[in-house]
Amino acid sequence: MNADAISINHYLMLSAVLFAIGVAGVLTRRNAIVVFMCIELMLNSVNLTLCAFSSYLGNSAGQVLVFFVMAVAAAEAAVGLAIVISLFRNKQTVNIDEINILKW
Amino acid sequence: MLFQRNPVMSAMCLIANFFCIASLYLLLKAQFLAVIQVVVYTGAIMVLVVFVIMLLNLGEEQKLSEKLGAAKVLGFALGLGFIAEMAYLFSVSGQNDMALSGQAEMIGSVEGIGSALFGKYLLPFEITSLLLLAAMVGAVILAKKKI
Amino acid sequence: MHQFIGYVIALPLVGFLVNGLLGRRIKSEVIVGAIGSATVGIGFALSCMMFFEMLGALPEDRSHVVTLFRWVGVGALDINIAYQVDQLSILMLLIVTGIGFLIHLYSIGYMHGDPGFWRFFAYLNLFIFAMLNLIMADNFLLMFLGWEGVGLCSYLLIGFWYDRKFEKGTTGDAAKKAFIVNRIGDVGFLIGMFLIFETFGSLKFADVFSHASTLSVGAPIALWITLALFVGATGKSAQIPLFVWLPDAMAGPTPVSALIHAATMVTAGIYMIARCSVLFALAPVTMDIVAGIGALTAIIAASIGLVQNDIKKVLAYSTVSQLGYMFLGLGVGAFSAGLFHVMTHAFFKALLFLGSGSVIHAMHEEQDIRHMGGLRKHMPTTYWTFVAGMIAIAGIFPFSGFFSKDEILWKVFSSGSMLLWVIGLAGAGLTAFYMSRLVALTFEGPPRWDHHSKHPHESPRIMTVPLIILAVLSVVGGFVGIPAALGGSNHIEHWLEPIFDAAQQKLPSAGYHSHTTEYLLMAVSVMIALGGIFLARRWYLEHQNVPESIARRFPRLYSLLMNKYYVDEVYDAAVVRPIVKESDKILWRIVDVGLVDRSVNAVAKLVGWISVRARVIQNGATQSYAAVIVVGVIIIIAMMLGQ
Repeated sequence: MNADAISINHYLMLSAVLFAIGVAGVLTRRNAIVVFMCIELMLNSVNLTLCAFSSYLGNSAGQVLVFFVMAVAAAEAAVGLAIVISLFRNKQTVNIDEINILKW
Repeated sequence: MLFQRNPVMSAMCLIANFFCIASLYLLLKAQFLAVIQVVVYTGAIMVLVVFVIMLLNLGEEQKLSEKLGAAKVLGFALGLGFIAEMAYLFSVSGQNDMALSGQAEMIGSVEGIGSALFGKYLLPFEITSLLLLAAMVGAVILAKKKI
Repeated sequence: MHQFIGYVIALPLVGFLVNGLLGRRIKSEVIVGAIGSATVGIGFALSCMMFFEMLGALPEDRSHVVTLFRWVGVGALDINIAYQVDQLSILMLLIVTGIGFLIHLYSIGYMHGDPGFWRFFAYLNLFIFAMLNLIMADNFLLMFLGWEGVGLCSYLLIGFWYDRKFEKGTTGDAAKKAFIVNRIGDVGFLIGMFLIFETFGSLKFADVFSHASTLSVGAPIALWITLALFVGATGKSAQIPLFVWLPDAMAGPTPVSALIHAATMVTAGIYMIARCSVLFALAPVTMDIVAGIGALTAIIAASIGLVQNDIKKVLAYSTVSQLGYMFLGLGVGAFSAGLFHVMTHAFFKALLFLGSGSVIHAMHEEQDIRHMGGLRKHMPTTYWTFVAGMIAIAGIFPFSGFFSKDEILWKVFSSGSMLLWVIGLAGAGLTAFYMSRLVALTFEGPPRWDHHSKHPHESPRIMTVPLIILAVLSVVGGFVGIPAALGGSNHIEHWLEPIFDAAQQKLPSAGYHSHTTEYLLMAVSVMIALGGIFLARRWYLEHQNVPESIARRFPRLYSLLMNKYYVDEVYDAAVVRPIVKESDKILWRIVDVGLVDRSVNAVAKLVGWISVRARVIQNGATQSYAAVIVVGVIIIIAMMLGQ
């Protein structure tokens, strides 16, 4: 390939940025579902990292792990959203700031 | 997605994001993963999220920059801090002239992933199916009106 | 046989536990008393067997150390629970177990009907256990364990009837006084132990004494060690200035007075000094102090005993006085003579106390001898045994007290201190006088009590048999120490010679005095004793107006003696009251409440303050938790990057 092909660093940097955006979203947004979506974003960034390493190093383990991560993310999405629904039923809001009963 | 007020708009942005990542997978010659990404993530998970948003009939979130509270500043600061660390890491790790591995195409294909999944990683595969079962049961029970 | 010393010492402990834990449930006095007496009795039997084995062995082979197990092993300090069975300790062992056994038997009769019967025997056994540890120990720390233990048991037993009124307070106060005064002496013992460990690097007798033999006479460290140890001895053995507890200790039951405050515990100080004879021989100054205080105590206590009216008080001051004689003997270097007197004193003083207990019981707890008299007809066994004890303590040939007391006086004379000898002689005269006075007022003469309320009778067999045994011992016990001047070979001195050999080498050898001088001194002391006896009988039986007129003519002297030289009052004003007041003002208000309480409260408040601040973290908001997690991740990555 040509000399300035895309190196692995680019992928890694991209996934780091995506991760950081996800973190900022988790900490700032107040809607529980949006926070949830930011978490999915973080998971995706990790997936990207794994896949990049797998392709560049020729090891299939990374892609297999991505597969499992996706499966787990799906399961977690289902359960998490179910929790959000039951929360909404009890408190009529999904504003995270108001869900703070578990304190001292 | 981060700065959208309407949650549905946030979901749309995220879907677009997922498509981009799928294309990146294709660049990495991981075809199977690209398709799975579109099918599972965008097709299932985000659909579920949009369903829930519609179901709860959420209104718009308050303006993000209404009160620049300490929490928001902290959140962004932490994100920036993280990026700064990563930048530092990359700057000191030196040039990396790695090219795509020759085997990338082989392991990225359906046959490659399939043989890995049903060969070396059979046990996690089966356990994941159990996990999905548990998640299904949990979700159903959690969302019921009366247990 | 000497390996069984562990059993001898452990048995009383077992007796204490059995009687202490189960005694209340065992309703039968006979069983409780049997358990208590059997443990000591078996100990005595084993001790006799050990003694006979020792007799048959060569003098070099008589000393053994039986190690049971390791007690303390910290750094340079290595202490075992080990017992030294040698000539000195076997002597003390026989005395303690033998007389202890007799007193246990006596107590079965004396404490009959007392609701705390089982408690009494439990404490008595505990006392024997502690005393055995004291005399058999092979290191200072174990000896100190026994030392403290006997002090504790003394407290428990003096205050046995804890609510009874006694003089100005209760018996509990008397018990506390005994314990506290003992403790003051124990500080001296502790300081001595610290100095010994610092100087010799070990607390075992064998190590310390062999090392000490290399020191020279007059070494200053020996002076301090021996002074400190002697302070401990004055506390335990009731010498000036720490003798004030012994007369108050008479608040306890009479068998306690007999066992603890006549025969065993009070001799602990003398045993300790005898055991450390090498150290004391290295410090002539201390020896002089010991002899001086011994003589002084002897005569002062005797003078107080002249005018006391409580039968047990007379005997208590007599004990203090006789202990002074023992210290006098030790102080001039006559270690075996001092121990000889310990033995004979144990015989006759225990006898006298038990006899007085018999009298007290018969007179329904009456203890004032002015209200007694004429008991000779009603209690003949008690009378004759008491008389035997009186003659022994007065030092009349051939009773046991003669040999031991005379040995001491002879050694005092031949060491050159005429003053001490004169004081000793005077004390002997006073002893004879007040003992004879006691016998006369108690048993003879017209009865001064009410025939209708009191019916004195002889005590039961279990109380009189020990009296008889002790009386026989008081008569013949002196024959083991017949001096060479009278044709004997002074067995006891030769028996103990190997123990005191190291010390005798350091002492200046006594000058030669002929046997004639010795006969002369013996005759003088016997005559003075006889004079004292007959003078007392004349005054108190025939011419009762003489002592009363003397008392009237010297009223201040009389009240001085009657009030024990006001020592108690002086101590109270000079020491006790200031301490109590300062404790209240300073130690309690300022130190305890202000410092200690406040610092504890401050710690609590600090914890509260910190937790109020730290609570904020748990505010239930999920995003703040997430923020904390992210902060943690960033920090960790930074740390990893930094490396």
